[in-house]
Amino acid sequence: MAYSVKVLDHYENPRNVGSFGKEEEGVATGMVGAPACGDVMKLQIKVGKDGIIEDAKFKTYGCGSAIASSSLVTEWVKGKSVDQALDIKNTQIAEELALPPVKIHCSILAEDAIKAAVADYKKKRGE
Amino acid sequence: MLKLPIYLDYSATTPVDPRVAEKMIPYLVEKFGNAASRSHAFGWESEAAVEEARDEVARLVNADSKEIVWTSGATESNNLALKGAANFYSGKGKHVITVKTEHKAVLDTCRELERQGFEVTYLDVLENGLVDLDVFKAALRPDTILASVMFVNNEIGVIQPIGEIGEICRAKSVIFHVDAAQATGKVDIDLNALKVDLMSFSAHKTYGPKGIGALYIRRKPRIRLEAQMHGGGHERGFRSGTLATHQIVGMGEAFRLAREEMAVENKRIGALRDRLLKGLSDIDQVFINGDMVHRVPHNLNISFAYIEGESMLMAIKNLAVSSGSACTSASLEPSYVLRALGRDDELAHSSIRFTLGRFNTEEEIDYAIKLLHEKIGKLRELSPLWEMVQDGVDLSTVQWAAH
Repeated sequence: MAYSVKVLDHYENPRNVGSFGKEEEGVATGMVGAPACGDVMKLQIKVGKDGIIEDAKFKTYGCGSAIASSSLVTEWVKGKSVDQALDIKNTQIAEELALPPVKIHCSILAEDAIKAAVADYKKKRGE
Repeated sequence: MLKLPIYLDYSATTPVDPRVAEKMIPYLVEKFGNAASRSHAFGWESEAAVEEARDEVARLVNADSKEIVWTSGATESNNLALKGAANFYSGKGKHVITVKTEHKAVLDTCRELERQGFEVTYLDVLENGLVDLDVFKAALRPDTILASVMFVNNEIGVIQPIGEIGEICRAKSVIFHVDAAQATGKVDIDLNALKVDLMSFSAHKTYGPKGIGALYIRRKPRIRLEAQMHGGGHERGFRSGTLATHQIVGMGEAFRLAREEMAVENKRIGALRDRLLKGLSDIDQVFINGDMVHRVPHNLNISFAYIEGESMLMAIKNLAVSSGSACTSASLEPSYVLRALGRDDELAHSSIRFTLGRFNTEEEIDYAIKLLHEKIGKLRELSPLWEMVQDGVDLSTVQWAAH
């Protein structure tokens, strides 16, 4: 399969790979997917006291498109409020990375990862 | 100087050996006659070449050349063997036995037989990929007319116990078909000794051209088939259609070279495969798929746990290998062969097939080992599963959000 230039770029040079310390303040984690399905994404956001996402990190088990989708969203969520982050839609991710139809599920998974991370943040704050 | 990418996918197809190509070329331009033309020298010349090639195919597998019928490849041979035998002998019974790890050319043909009213049993295999003879025996019924088991598996390279299965089938008068597309030039095949009634061959897996294959049809005891291709009655009515002389000459030469060189070649390729395996054995959490003893020397199928196969292929794009099988890699499903071994889906998703061949060198294998070490490290750094396992999490206890 031929990959788009943007997928290849994110795959070759993934942005924000890694994990935050578990006890760091303002850190929330979203883990979506399953090994049996061939992809698992872990997205972590670090939210400041003002509710703005200061930093984000990811780790992904999956194909090149799944890695690129999660790498891309770590860039996109930074500087947004948690509610603004929820506005990121899978169609935008798919469009930005020029994902072929068989890889749309990767962008859906990345959107789900954002939702899961924000839900975890809100849960931790007792919202 | 190393030429990239390195081809390590010889079970998908092989290059035509230059000696084979050289022998084929005159049959395109100068010696172009129709082998069925009985009235002039052009036809006689082609016919002689076709018969010489037929003899070479027969010699590789210790058969009589009268038992070899040309086809377009192993897929057609499998179709002709299974549909042809099932249709001819349907008056005796309607039950067929095959194995879950067969190639799609057999499985899909069996599905068609089911649509035609036959009943097919798809046998499970052992964890090492081999057929359990007791399970095979237990599947036989009074109305079983046909069984089909591949000689060598295309994904994991395991060699099925064809001799033993043949004895079981012969004792019960069940016609036994073997898909040997991946076996020629890799394992010794003696059809004088094996109780095999039908055997499919392909040229392009053994350094011959694509688009040509053959079917062995036993004469003693005589096996009959209903033709699937009708026309001019070529190949004694088994398969009509003008013979592709240049392709046939190529297959004959490729099989002649295989017969003469396989003993030495398999030793060399086996040593390269073992070098690759040894080079990767210091990597943590690497699992070999399929039996290592009953296995052809050029195949290595490995699961690199916690790394998804497709991203692995991307990372090692200077190595031409496949994840699962080339026929199914367009879909998102993990390999059905590995699932049949009982491998869990995660490991099936993480599998890479290396198949080595005639033109690989030690230098290429060493490059591959080095590249794999680098990329596996990088991809595991990216893998949340690897991180969890390092933290002592048992992945089987995790509640995954399935999607």
